[in-house]
Amino acid sequence: MKISYYPGCTLKTKAKDLDVTARLCAKALGVEMEEIENWQCCGAVYPMATDEIATKLSAVRALDHAKHNGGKLLTLCSACHNVIKRTNEDMKTNDDIRFRANNYLQLDEPYGGEAEVLHYLEMLKTVVGFDNIKKAVVNPVKRKIGAYYGCLLLRPSGVMAFDNPENPTIIEDFIRAIGGTPVIYPFRNECCGAYVSLKNSDLPKQKSKKVLMSAKEKGAEEIITACPLCLYNLQVNGEGTLPVKYFTELLAEALGVQV
Amino acid sequence: MTKEEYVETINRISGTDVRKCMKCGKCSGRCPAFKDMDIKPHQFVSLLVKGDVDALLESKAIWHCLSCMACVERCPRGVAPAAVVEAVRDTVVRMQGNNGVKAEDIPPVVDELIPQQLLVSAYRKYNK
Repeated sequence: MKISYYPGCTLKTKAKDLDVTARLCAKALGVEMEEIENWQCCGAVYPMATDEIATKLSAVRALDHAKHNGGKLLTLCSACHNVIKRTNEDMKTNDDIRFRANNYLQLDEPYGGEAEVLHYLEMLKTVVGFDNIKKAVVNPVKRKIGAYYGCLLLRPSGVMAFDNPENPTIIEDFIRAIGGTPVIYPFRNECCGAYVSLKNSDLPKQKSKKVLMSAKEKGAEEIITACPLCLYNLQVNGEGTLPVKYFTELLAEALGVQV
Repeated sequence: MTKEEYVETINRISGTDVRKCMKCGKCSGRCPAFKDMDIKPHQFVSLLVKGDVDALLESKAIWHCLSCMACVERCPRGVAPAAVVEAVRDTVVRMQGNNGVKAEDIPPVVDELIPQQLLVSAYRKYNK
């Protein structure tokens, strides 16, 4: 099966590990990720102001491409997923934004939220199936692993519809599928400190340490995430409390995929 | 802009109806940046209801909000305090000379582990 894929700026640079392992694992599981042509940076944060139109256009271009190429747009970075999914909701439900965005873009046929945005984890769950992943595992990851969701995958839940925003389970199900033991800890859906690190690293330091200490106290040996900024904050501002990896790195390890 | 125009703009671009707030305080109770904010999330909402534009535009909290959407998620009345914070921040940075990140403050070589995502997000949030 082929699926249109939006990598985003960081996955081509500092987060190559996330991109490369995800592609190889998808291939091993029978899914071909087809990178869309001429994609542009999504902007990394969803512009909430109702009069922000130009800042949403790169997401709309990617969505329109997916609409004409299989109908689904696969995302991997949590931030891209958040921006593109929320923009898609605007294009579907907000007449003013849809009208003005289409005025800018002048596509052959106006875009109205037709594409479906699918995160890699959702793809593993619904397209491949966790049971099939379990069958494909050759090297079970027999460790205690803490899932770090952060904010971007879950909230706002009305739009993201990713999982239960207060008590999510999808990454824990993923950890079980690759042979690990999920560790539930209180701060797994708390913010890591996000982009504030550029102006002031005190807040991200406090937040990231709190997340990692909370996971460590519950017995986690490592943390997995889908977000390059969470990884950075947890690793650098969390000051080495626990090892932090991308979830796809563990998937590659379990499937015996050589990177 | 007059005070009334500021109130109208912030209300409009926030896209949320602050009059629905019932002052339960859950938004501030859930906010991970609460300690660092001079104006708390529930106060952004109530100051906008009152039309106290000066207090909003002078707030330092607009630089501390993480846009984590925890306040939005917990509001029992469907108000989006984070969208009010963003509307105030946008109103501030859209005025000339008010960018939150100055190019000259960024060292020529930033921490080499910093992901592009962090630079793009910070510039999108703090600058116009």
